[in-house]
Amino acid sequence: MNAMTETAPQQDAKPVLRIVNLESYYGPIMALRGVSLSVREGQIVTVLGANGAGKTTLMKTISGVMDPEKGQVLYGGHDIAGNEPDTVVREGIVHVPEGREVFPLLTVEENLDMGAFTRHDTANVAADKEMVFSYFPILKERRRQAAGTLSGGQQQMLAIGRGLMARPKVMLLDEPSLGLSPLLVKEIFAIVRRLNREQKVTMLLVEQNAKVALDVADYGYVMELGRIVMEGEAARLKESKDIQEFYLGVQEESQRGQKRWKQKKTWR
Amino acid sequence: MDVSQLLVSGLANGCIYGLIALGFVLIYKATEAVNFAQGDMMMLGAFVTLWLTNSDQLGLPFWIAVPLAIAIMGVIGYLLDLIIIRQMFGQSQVAVVILTIAIGFVMRFAAGTIWGHEPQSLETPFAGKDVTFGGVILGLDEVTVIISTVLLTILFYFYFNNTRLGVAMQASSQNQLAAYYMGIPVKRVQSLVWALSGMMATVAGILYAAKGSIDPSAGLLGIKAFAAAVIGGMGSLPGALIGGLIIGIMEPFAAYYIAAGYSQIAPYLLLFLVLVFRPHGILAQVHRKKV
Repeated sequence: MNAMTETAPQQDAKPVLRIVNLESYYGPIMALRGVSLSVREGQIVTVLGANGAGKTTLMKTISGVMDPEKGQVLYGGHDIAGNEPDTVVREGIVHVPEGREVFPLLTVEENLDMGAFTRHDTANVAADKEMVFSYFPILKERRRQAAGTLSGGQQQMLAIGRGLMARPKVMLLDEPSLGLSPLLVKEIFAIVRRLNREQKVTMLLVEQNAKVALDVADYGYVMELGRIVMEGEAARLKESKDIQEFYLGVQEESQRGQKRWKQKKTWR
Repeated sequence: MDVSQLLVSGLANGCIYGLIALGFVLIYKATEAVNFAQGDMMMLGAFVTLWLTNSDQLGLPFWIAVPLAIAIMGVIGYLLDLIIIRQMFGQSQVAVVILTIAIGFVMRFAAGTIWGHEPQSLETPFAGKDVTFGGVILGLDEVTVIISTVLLTILFYFYFNNTRLGVAMQASSQNQLAAYYMGIPVKRVQSLVWALSGMMATVAGILYAAKGSIDPSAGLLGIKAFAAAVIGGMGSLPGALIGGLIIGIMEPFAAYYIAAGYSQIAPYLLLFLVLVFRPHGILAQVHRKKV
């Protein structure tokens, strides 16, 4: 990917979203155990982690669907932790949920209109719809079709497009590769990158597919059991032994020509 | 009795059942709770109109009293959700159902205390008049019921498919979580749905009272309308209307061709058959519900 070289945002850009010691619970279960991270303006920041690491909880807490027990979500200079989801959207953070979650019986176009629910600038909304259609031409073709009848990849495109309709400064992208073929994953991530560069949408990307995530991202965090255990620039994370072993599945040949049983993680 | 007259009076009743059933389905789809006070809201709406327009009460002109009553009941529906139902957030559906039954009782006795328990008639411009239509004599009140229901259905269809808020109501009922993510204020939308079904219940109540009389226990009609909603498929708005019409038409025919008492049994017999052979109702919206 030579896209990496063009106008890559600087590491010294100021953070647009900062999360400080966030703790969230599902009933008695502590899902976030003091997470801190920051997302710099114009970057794609990825959070990697296995099932149940707390990635989705983190997203839900930022977008206001879940309330944190402790900690802050600093955005635009003030704490938005615990705000209602509609105020968070109005402030410019939109959450594209995992598993697509479109409105199945509404048409594609109505789904996009709902993405712009918080906006009242009709003319700009119409222009943005054309912008979404230019990134995802298939949605234009299917605009009158019920969203539930789209294929998985098209629904994911619709979910991203619907998120864009809110004109977000920050997009929380939860697991866009889930259940998609490798080819579609590539296509969608290429568009995500373009949206980031061309529409200046800062992205916080949660992924299990570490390879595609690190290819597209500028900076990355690794999350395990509700904690951040590692962070660094995406290129550096890709080089890291631990990431290679546990997230990229790279196996090192040992001297005897067979694989060791299991390596210990260095962060525990 | 002519068959066409039976049909028209059945249709007129069916329209009223259908309108109440629409209220059931609206609230069920938006909040997943069943509002068993829907019939009592109809009764209350009728009494509010009666209070505004009858000459021994406030005596407002009928065409001013109707929109005013609809507005008042809309506010009552909104507040009911805002103040009472929302406190039950996170509780089981059964708890909400029992609460709505209790609200129904409160409305029934409140209406009885204010307006008395005897049947009263609503003064309308179309009571007791007849129209001749193709050689058949029909009550103007029944024709009014049918025409109003058709108009209201068209209005609702337009509202749900062409207005921002209408589409947002659909969206929140199809995927509540996604609606939150899109910044739709789901809780306020739900209160508005309660307002809407309060308004619809009022129209049903006015039409019901115009056809005969109204008393505080008229709300028990809601049970029959609930059967209509289930027969039509609990999640489907056209289904609710169709279910109401089927029940409405069945009743006079069962009474005429079998025996008077059967008109009361027929709807529940049909409900039973539908539940056995087509448990999702006639027009079920079959789509996979995500966990």
